[in-house]
Amino acid sequence: MVKELTIISGKGGCGKTTIATSFAALAKGHVMADADVDAADMHILLQPEIRKSEVFHGLNIAEKNDDLCINCGKCYENCRYGAFDPDNTLHPEKCEGCAVCELVCPVNAIKMVERQAGESFISDTRFGPLVHAKLHPGEEASGKLVALVRKRAREVAESQGKDIILIDGPPGTGCTVIAAMTGVSLVLVIIEPSLSGIHDAKRIIEVAKHFQIPAIACINKYDINMKNTEDILDFCKEEGIEVVGKIPYDDTATGAMLVEKTVVEFTNGPLAKTIKKIWEEVEKAL
Amino acid sequence: MKITVASGKGGTGKTTIAVNLALSIKNSMLIDCDVEGPNSHIFFKEPMVKLKDVSIPAPKFDLDTCTLCGKCVDFCQYNAISIVGEKLLFFDELCHGCGGCKIICPVDAITEVEHYVGVIEKGGTGDLPVYHGMLNIGEPFGVPIINELKQFADDKKTTIFDSPPGTACPAVETMRDVDFCILVTEPTPFGLHDLTLTVDVIREIGTPYGVVVNRDGIGDDRVDRYCEKENIPLLAKIPNDLEIARLYSSGVPMVKGLPEYRKLFEEMFDRIKEMI
Ligand code: SF4
Ligand code: SF4
Ligand code: SF4
Ligand code: SF4
Repeated sequence: MVKELTIISGKGGCGKTTIATSFAALAKGHVMADADVDAADMHILLQPEIRKSEVFHGLNIAEKNDDLCINCGKCYENCRYGAFDPDNTLHPEKCEGCAVCELVCPVNAIKMVERQAGESFISDTRFGPLVHAKLHPGEEASGKLVALVRKRAREVAESQGKDIILIDGPPGTGCTVIAAMTGVSLVLVIIEPSLSGIHDAKRIIEVAKHFQIPAIACINKYDINMKNTEDILDFCKEEGIEVVGKIPYDDTATGAMLVEKTVVEFTNGPLAKTIKKIWEEVEKAL
Repeated sequence: MKITVASGKGGTGKTTIAVNLALSIKNSMLIDCDVEGPNSHIFFKEPMVKLKDVSIPAPKFDLDTCTLCGKCVDFCQYNAISIVGEKLLFFDELCHGCGGCKIICPVDAITEVEHYVGVIEKGGTGDLPVYHGMLNIGEPFGVPIINELKQFADDKKTTIFDSPPGTACPAVETMRDVDFCILVTEPTPFGLHDLTLTVDVIREIGTPYGVVVNRDGIGDDRVDRYCEKENIPLLAKIPNDLEIARLYSSGVPMVKGLPEYRKLFEEMFDRIKEMI
């Protein structure tokens, strides 16, 4: 059975991608998936060669034919997303694709049309296949694009006989996060010992509980605030979440990023060693 | 005046800039629109008090009247309804509350009830009120909360919006209809990559904008070079100072713990005023 690991943090900038890309370099027999479709960054360090790309359609959008319109006002009255002005002018950028206006228009002046909401890619990297995507700015339905990325990653894993999928998750708790987490074998929550980091990590752990997904945690930059780190350890104990490692604050991560390498390729120093240890623990937990 | 603080990548210091700017200028208010992970309130001692629940109208099905015709299932663009065997299933967390199923049902089997998606809370002080919204756990869509939050902006004050990260719909919602947008980034490859995505968006929207580089010194000068080439005003640079990170981690605003930074934010605000 293919196992899926999602690396997540709730808050951005906690070192999620740094850790995910290092895991990518350390793992064997795996496929990588960048589920942060809104700000995908894995590719910067993995330099993928795109093998296959595919258009992502997302939701349809309303298109109005002014020649047919009799200005009855029904579209304006029924659109709940404010995409019509009182004079029935349509603002497509506010359309959420619900198709209600098409339904209520008495003269068929409105059609729902397909639009390109993004692209997904299957690529090769020096660490194996990567599935990634690009959501066009301002698009909704990013959860759907994440679902597509995960589907393609599973297909690649199955066809190439890989047994692990490493998923770099998006920030937040909304549709993209839910799509990146539901049904995976394990989530690794990266927690930064700041009050904000803890606040968001608690929320993401609640999401994991809500969808009944097993979670483990690791603390990044733990020495920035020892008191908060203690609090995280206590909290995780209470919640029954194993803490598989503590990473000290270390500028090497940025150094590696500047030369577009993963940490474990860039150095063999303490940071790389800690991450390696954590990967071993994660592999065991998977 | 309305100013949005945004960034393509999360964790670049968006909240730091929003909070400290609000604290450094007169007659301001702060609205944290990052409803999936609001953090601004952490930097204010006053507790957040619930103002209201946010709900969207969701369908309620009268199963005795329903004939299982399947019209609502076919109509719903978000796959929130399905019929399995002789049973109609409704997935409320997928519903966007568009009201279409109610219109299309031929036997009036659908009425509407409130579906709660989150809350709006208020804190801060009379001088500097702080609002934020919080999406309920397990709920996927925060935009209805953001839309309601934006209504709290007071025209007599300078309103600072802390935007959700990224360039998808919720973030773009907060960059629209404001006077200025501050884009926060880091001098690293990730920072620059996500900044260019955000610049594309903001140019399309047409809001005036400028860049703040956070953790200056941690990376290189690629963001400076990009801004120069693209003619993007650089509003300020905040150094990579471990003391700032420590204060942040304990929930102390930078301008309180290190008052010498107040000037940086005041000057940033002066530059913004010149640009709009
Ligand atoms: S499809 Fe829905 S959201 Fe879009 S314009 Fe029509 S009624 Fe409004
Ligand atoms: S419902 Fe149709 S006819 Fe009526 S105003 Fe809208 S587009 Fe025009
Ligand atoms: S209200 Fe709209 S989104 Fe919700 S179930 Fe009905 S058709 Fe679907
Ligand atoms: S449209 Fe009305 S009658 Fe038909 S399946 Fe839906 S609820 Fe039942």
